[in-house]
Amino acid sequence: MTFGIYETAGLAVILAVLAGIRLMSSVERAALGNRLGALSMLAAIALVLWHNGIVDARALYIAMAIGTLIGAIMAFRVTMIRMPQMVALLNGLGGGASLLVALSVILESHDIMVMPARITGQLALVIGALTLSGSLVAAGKLQGLLPQRPVHNRGAGVLSLLFLASIGALAVFATLADGRTAAIASFVVLALALGFGAHFTLPIGGADMPVAISLLNSYSGLAASICGFAVGDILLVSIGAVVGAAGLILTRIMCRAMNRSLIDVLTGSTGRAGGSAPPARPADAAPAAPHTAREMDPASILASASSVVIIPGYGMALAQAQTQVRALYDLLESRGANVRFAIHPVAGRMPGHMNVLLAEVDIPYERLVDMDTINPDFPATDAALIVGACDVVNPAANSAEGTPIYGMPVLRAEDAHSIIVCNMDRKPGYSGVENTLYGKDNVCFMEGNAAETLEGLIARIKSGAGGTAVS
Amino acid sequence: MGFLVLVGVFLVSAAVGYRLISNVPSLLHTPLMSGMNALSGVTVLGALAAAALALHSGSRMLGIAAIVLATINVVGGFLVTDRMLRMFKSGK
Repeated sequence: MTFGIYETAGLAVILAVLAGIRLMSSVERAALGNRLGALSMLAAIALVLWHNGIVDARALYIAMAIGTLIGAIMAFRVTMIRMPQMVALLNGLGGGASLLVALSVILESHDIMVMPARITGQLALVIGALTLSGSLVAAGKLQGLLPQRPVHNRGAGVLSLLFLASIGALAVFATLADGRTAAIASFVVLALALGFGAHFTLPIGGADMPVAISLLNSYSGLAASICGFAVGDILLVSIGAVVGAAGLILTRIMCRAMNRSLIDVLTGSTGRAGGSAPPARPADAAPAAPHTAREMDPASILASASSVVIIPGYGMALAQAQTQVRALYDLLESRGANVRFAIHPVAGRMPGHMNVLLAEVDIPYERLVDMDTINPDFPATDAALIVGACDVVNPAANSAEGTPIYGMPVLRAEDAHSIIVCNMDRKPGYSGVENTLYGKDNVCFMEGNAAETLEGLIARIKSGAGGTAVS
Repeated sequence: MGFLVLVGVFLVSAAVGYRLISNVPSLLHTPLMSGMNALSGVTVLGALAAAALALHSGSRMLGIAAIVLATINVVGGFLVTDRMLRMFKSGK
């Protein structure tokens, strides 16, 4: 095939997609960029139908209509807190589509395929399959259908090697075999790759999901790209590669922000001495709490603060406290305070999750500040309000050598004049490391459901905080 | 398309994509991911050709199934991204 009209038009589509991504670097124009991407995809579909002379194949339209309907329903019904599992599921479907195309091409035309196409066909089959099963497992974990804690099995590494070796050997065999034999080998490769995908996602713990989803995102792009090699399509190769690169960038950012290597995440190892057993809960933290609360009244701290930084974590989402956070933000702003939000890169269950949750309750995006920008501002901050976050504010990350979080970049909440913590309990976060912040004397810990705690705080600030402390 | 040409396309696309995506602010990482996710449904193009041009009913059914999955991926991905991006509002 030469560089004909299809390739030329395809190139135009690719450039439009890239232009769309470029628009996403600005918040104001990101929605436009996304629409440009969608439009490019529509144009690409029309191009393929026309180029192959299949514009009147009715079955294709029925299949697309079914997919459109299901996709639209999913997109409109999903809540922001469930976005990670939605993205995981969609990743999986993309991988599944790639594996089906590869399988269809292998079954249809294996005998007339040249060697590079045969090899990439097997590769697309494998990567598509492990993207599918891996994503389904990840989505199941995020939805709470599968255990969220990291599972660390001895022998898992050996099993992975066995999977890889047998998949590799059978895939090579399939490329060398003829017709029927190749087809049977391909089905076995498919089954093994599905098993491997589930096997490597199962050990990954809940808070490591931002890494897992980013990686699966990368795989789904790679699967499409390699599938493009097998069918000789420039659009699949190019756009798939872009998605693969995007997933890779996010995977790297997430790993760095969690202070974990990709290998650690994939093997479910936390580097924790006690394994995955949950650390003992402090016998009874309650008696200490009223004592601190009397010395430092959180409502009057907030009422008199002129600069406040709110630090949200996944606990905020679990407590469904976004509305209360928004109400508190409005209240403090109306009293003349400058309120901003400090966003840690891995807060939540996927990259950028906190931003979406807060944008949903109409917090202006200028107030959502990333970690590196806001950290120098903490010493000049009157009050830091932590809502359902633990590891991302743990000062032990700077000092406690030998612990899993040592070296992890954290939000320096401890530098603020006063710190108010609205967490469910004083238990350590995902890392299992005790939060040394809780013990400081300028910290006021308010145990319990963040939505209720904040509700109470708001009421007391409104009624003239300080004088009538009744908590 | 020659295999080597495609390898070149792959490398250039990955490099350009990497540069462009590095400039997306962390504020938008969730919609970025769902948008990229929608793009990974580009397999729908391969699925359309595979389904329409297949001679055997088995491989045609696989192609049709691939179209359905990829379209869910594309449509769901773009729509949910749009929904999220419209939530980001300026305070000014």
